[in-house]
Amino acid sequence: MDITGRKLFVKALEEEGVDTIFAYPGGTVTDLFDELYKNESIHMVLPRHEQGLIHEAEGYARSSGKVGVCLVTSGPGATNIVTGLADAHYDSIPLVCFTGQVPLALIGNDAFQEVDIVGITRSITKYSVTVRSREELGRIIKMAFYIAKTGRPGPVLIDLPKDIQTALGPSVYPEHVEIRGYKPNSSVHVGQLKRAYKLLRSAKKPLILAGGGVNISHANERLLAFAEKENVPVVTTIMGKGAIPTKHALYVGNCGMHGKYAANKAVSECDVLFSIGTRFNDRITGDLNEFAPKAKIVHIDVDTASISRNVVVDVPVVSDADLALEKLLEWAEPKKTAAWQNQIKIWENENPLAMRRDRGMTPQMIMEHINSSFPGGIYVTDVGQHQMWATQYLELDRGSSLITSGGLGTMGFGFPAAIGAKLAHPDRDVVCISGDGGFQMNMQEMATAVAEGTAVTICILNNYYLGMVRQMQQLFYGKRYASTCLRRRVSCGNGCKGPNGGCPPYVPDFVRFAESYGACGIRVEKEEEIDAAFEEAKKHTDAPTIIEFMIASDEIVLPMVQGGNPMSEMILK
Amino acid sequence: MSDMKNRWIALYVENQIGVLAKVSGLFSGKSYNLQSLTVGTTEDESISRMTICVTSDDITFEQIKKQLNRMVEVIKVIDLTDVPLHMKEILYAKVTGIDAEDKAELFRIAQVFSVDVVDIGNDSILLECKLTSRRNNELIALLKSKYRHISIVRGGAVAIESISTGCR
Repeated sequence: MDITGRKLFVKALEEEGVDTIFAYPGGTVTDLFDELYKNESIHMVLPRHEQGLIHEAEGYARSSGKVGVCLVTSGPGATNIVTGLADAHYDSIPLVCFTGQVPLALIGNDAFQEVDIVGITRSITKYSVTVRSREELGRIIKMAFYIAKTGRPGPVLIDLPKDIQTALGPSVYPEHVEIRGYKPNSSVHVGQLKRAYKLLRSAKKPLILAGGGVNISHANERLLAFAEKENVPVVTTIMGKGAIPTKHALYVGNCGMHGKYAANKAVSECDVLFSIGTRFNDRITGDLNEFAPKAKIVHIDVDTASISRNVVVDVPVVSDADLALEKLLEWAEPKKTAAWQNQIKIWENENPLAMRRDRGMTPQMIMEHINSSFPGGIYVTDVGQHQMWATQYLELDRGSSLITSGGLGTMGFGFPAAIGAKLAHPDRDVVCISGDGGFQMNMQEMATAVAEGTAVTICILNNYYLGMVRQMQQLFYGKRYASTCLRRRVSCGNGCKGPNGGCPPYVPDFVRFAESYGACGIRVEKEEEIDAAFEEAKKHTDAPTIIEFMIASDEIVLPMVQGGNPMSEMILK
Repeated sequence: MSDMKNRWIALYVENQIGVLAKVSGLFSGKSYNLQSLTVGTTEDESISRMTICVTSDDITFEQIKKQLNRMVEVIKVIDLTDVPLHMKEILYAKVTGIDAEDKAELFRIAQVFSVDVVDIGNDSILLECKLTSRRNNELIALLKSKYRHISIVRGGAVAIESISTGCR
């Protein structure tokens, strides 16, 4: 018997095991909402803005590994998710996003709330498509879920015209699909992997570089086992942090622009760089000509297009990280690396990661208290200085994880992503670490968090500035703080060189902001107050808590490598 | 770069709305230097075949092929750069404002280049050329050097792998 498109839509979600959908209604999707309204098994989350919506879906997907599902209306609903699509595309996050569309006959007429969302998102999705007949609806939804979660995961967009939602058609939702142009890699070339392994065996100063691919493919256990068995030190990218426990003796730290001195030194001095699941982004490599200059490079990645793109490698291996490590573990045997590990220890002692502790409450202290108060938590960051401090000072072990916008660097990501993570993991502590700038980019989601009863602990590190840019202005632009001071008002006049006695008060008052939503807000000015604030937050088990940490305005992220410079040229003080 | 040169790709893609935009968008979005792109359906109407010419170095060309391969709508990427093939481009050249002497000269040029004179007026002539792109370039250069009023329309090259001999 034929059924409507809207019925098949819900049936498809059920068969895909979707338990949560992030959905904002509108004219062209009302039919779908009406159908979801009747459904008992799928929880509908109503965000307060579609950008918040898609970051929530990302947080849900990033923390659970499941596909995040979004539903928005046509036109502005669709364009508002564009940033999130790009974010998910960069960081390989599986999403299936449904956008409403005007009826087929109206497409191209500049109808009310019509945009060519497939055209707009073509370069920032793994696949985007308009459903043009009711018959193909089932196959397209099946394709979308399959494409989103296989190979290198990513976002898929389905543009769904209003009349397809009500049209009658086949009731069948296919169990699997064949896509002739899409064959995700599901094996590893053993000969090539053997070459890679031989290179590692030949090394005197071997180093494993683990990227986000290790976390995505859940290769953590095997990577740890492999590193331990081979006795090879490990550095990570930001997305790869937590690939092995951060307190492990073999873990050196993050490398890259704000990486640890010892980690960047190790990359610069190693003779074989055994990299897994990384894109060699410019924030990791710096000046490409000077990147790992002494090393032969192995690159294992599931995405062929990521190999030899930025860095020309000696042994490329196209494979899922976990699959490759499973094989590597069969061959692994102990390796003598004591001298090399000693050398890395010397670098660590030369320039350990540490902030001055004589200036009151520092970001490092806040991270340390998060470590001790929320072990096994899910830490979600926004983008900026606080993000770098979090990636430097948070400790991750097998129980805890870090969620961050790595590739696109999307301010406004953190808070909604934390809500999504909490919805996927109601029993775990979810700590959102944000800046005062980034939090304001999606703080309307406070209503969503309250409505959903998501007990996220929101740590806002307030330095009154857009700190990451301010830091560049402070170091490289003669302290000309153009548009980075968040206290600035029209009365300030031009030429401000930083805070003085006459600065206007900060808006908003985040404590009163929280209270206006019926939530708890706490302001913390001294280190001694941190633990009590966290204890208070934990008491609110069905509502978010905002903790505003007042930190110094001029605190900067160190070490630092200036964009385009070699990684060996670190600014340390 | 020393290894900058023209390279050729045959691309089998799904014959669907938006695929051409997606492929061409890749070239503009990633600043690849696209020389020409032609597309038409194959013997299987659900599949189109594109012939693409790009100017690039080796590393970029490898990246282009990988990027194309990873598109869901792309079924197959064939590197035609060093493959024996038949390749022609259709080109129309209209020369106007010419006298009888010019016309006679143009007939001789047509003969030498093996192109057809397909239309003619009092002071104008229309050439139809099915040559390689390079040969078409040479013809255009010659016409430009001799005549002031010419209009050119060209279709981009189409290519297919040879059965026996290698000719371009």
